[in-house]
Amino acid sequence: MTLTLAFRNLFHDRVRLAVTLIGILFSIVLLAVQLGLYLGARGMIISMIDRADGDLWVMAYGTKNFEEAQPIRARERYVALSTPDVMSATPIVTAFTDWRKPTGGSTLVVVIGADTEEGGIAPWNVVEGDVSGLGARDAVMIDKTYLEELGVNGVGDTAQVGSARVRVSGLTEGIRSFTVTPFVFTTLNRARQLVDMPADNITYVLVKVRPGADVEKVRGAIRAQLPGDNEILTRAEFRDRSLNHWLFATGAGVALLGGAILGLIVGTVIVAQTLYSSTKDHLAEFATLRALGSSKGYINKVILMQAGLSALIGYGLGMTIALTIVYMSEQTALPIVMSPGLAALLLLLTFAMCAVSALSAIGKVVRIDPVMVFNR
Amino acid sequence: MTAVATVSHAPAGTVAATANVVLDARDIVKDLGEGAGKVRALKGVSLTLNAGELTLLMGPSGSGKTTLLSILGCILTPTSGTLSVAGKPTAGLGPEALADLRRNHVGFIFQSYNLFPTLTAEENVRLALDVRGSRGSDAVVAAQRVLQKVGLRHKLKSYPSNLSGGEQQRVAVARSLVGSPSVILADEPTAALDSENGEAVMSLLSQIAKDRSRAVLAVTHDPRTVPYADRILRIEDGLIVGEERRAEGVETVHELARTRKRKANA
Repeated sequence: MTLTLAFRNLFHDRVRLAVTLIGILFSIVLLAVQLGLYLGARGMIISMIDRADGDLWVMAYGTKNFEEAQPIRARERYVALSTPDVMSATPIVTAFTDWRKPTGGSTLVVVIGADTEEGGIAPWNVVEGDVSGLGARDAVMIDKTYLEELGVNGVGDTAQVGSARVRVSGLTEGIRSFTVTPFVFTTLNRARQLVDMPADNITYVLVKVRPGADVEKVRGAIRAQLPGDNEILTRAEFRDRSLNHWLFATGAGVALLGGAILGLIVGTVIVAQTLYSSTKDHLAEFATLRALGSSKGYINKVILMQAGLSALIGYGLGMTIALTIVYMSEQTALPIVMSPGLAALLLLLTFAMCAVSALSAIGKVVRIDPVMVFNR
Repeated sequence: MTAVATVSHAPAGTVAATANVVLDARDIVKDLGEGAGKVRALKGVSLTLNAGELTLLMGPSGSGKTTLLSILGCILTPTSGTLSVAGKPTAGLGPEALADLRRNHVGFIFQSYNLFPTLTAEENVRLALDVRGSRGSDAVVAAQRVLQKVGLRHKLKSYPSNLSGGEQQRVAVARSLVGSPSVILADEPTAALDSENGEAVMSLLSQIAKDRSRAVLAVTHDPRTVPYADRILRIEDGLIVGEERRAEGVETVHELARTRKRKANA
């Protein structure tokens, strides 16, 4: 009966129900978009580090993230290679440079150079062309998302990067950068040429440790041989550092999470307001219940069920809209990610928001005086 | 006032107990308000309710009828005095324990019916069982049986807005009855009804009071209810000022009707 009563109370006043649902819906959509953007940004920030086939990253001291790194000496690769338990040490070049569009104008890109036969970083989600095609003269691979921004239509089109000509040899799908700066994949040497980097310089050495070896020990051994202007991070450390930089040092993540918290607060206030006024309207009925001998717990259960039902319906509607937005954002430079974990978190937050909202209504009912049943 | 004969006038404030007592109130005092606005609504009321009797509590407005009803129904606690319901003393009980006592031993009928507008007649009755933890098909059957008893078998699925005042009050009677309480307390049960419906409800209450395990107390100032009473208590200024009991052998309207029917059938 508590569920029936909660359901009927809820649907008795359709206007109030609509206001409640709009509050929850607004909250869920805002939460989904903000947290989805956060997840998407997180994924973009760490995608290169996660995709790279290595355990340790040798880099210039103070490197804050994958894209913005200072050059180091190429011979550091051999220092790493000469260390016991190191299976491979792959040099990588990354740097910002200008992409001159064939249609005129230019845009900033991040060139990523690595020799794919050595492991390291290779383009993934290739939808046109082949990674092996990067070996061809002037070849680069770019992501479909940035075709328009780079002023090219697809494979075979050419452009100028730095002082060299490049030809699009393949396309990937979904490799996007958090800075909205397109990634351009090529070979190590061509990357050096495109970004005007001396031949004895690289940006990273990606070290792969022999299976079963102690990564910390290997790191210590490499560090002992390297000059002090380098540092070595594990994959997890580099990932954390990049995330900290982009999401927290720049304030981007704080803004996204702040928006999510704001959504939660606004939703809670709206739901609390409508639930409170609904409870106030039904106060005489709750007093009758109390006079009939119901426990406070019974009445609280009715209110919490009202809140729970609002949460469920609001969640359903909110997620429908949120998923539509997620779908629409898929092909944009800043996609919103909806994972099963985020969907579950949103459901949990919706229930928590409605339960917190119910507290004011419960507070009102707890103070109810059943004597009012005689004064109706 | 055809069927009730005055047999005694008890001393002011006191009504003597008789056999099969289901509710016993002694020296009930109730102060309402605080400080300068404090009013003594009840000034030492003692009364008992006996199973098998329909008692009317009559008195002018402001005499303390509703306050006394609230205390007898364990909704208000007295400032002083003792109360026991179904043999259970209420002294020192907290709000939840009093709610428990109401749930198990007291049924209420209100002037404005106090039905839940969003629930059907059957659901309204079932709600009284639900708060007692009685659910499922047994509760449905019990609710339907008691609605049949009050003549509303055909209105099980009707919402209060689709019922007449009399029908709504009969649903309220069914709700008060469904948990088999020891005491049914009715607050002005006929005040909002026309004479035909008022008589139907009083007839029902009189019938319910014939159950030897249950007492019915109705607060009223409706003279139409008098013929149905086994006993009338008069209250004035927070004191019981008199008791009238139906004389031995004198039938209530309900009993007269039953006798006439029996004779006609014979």
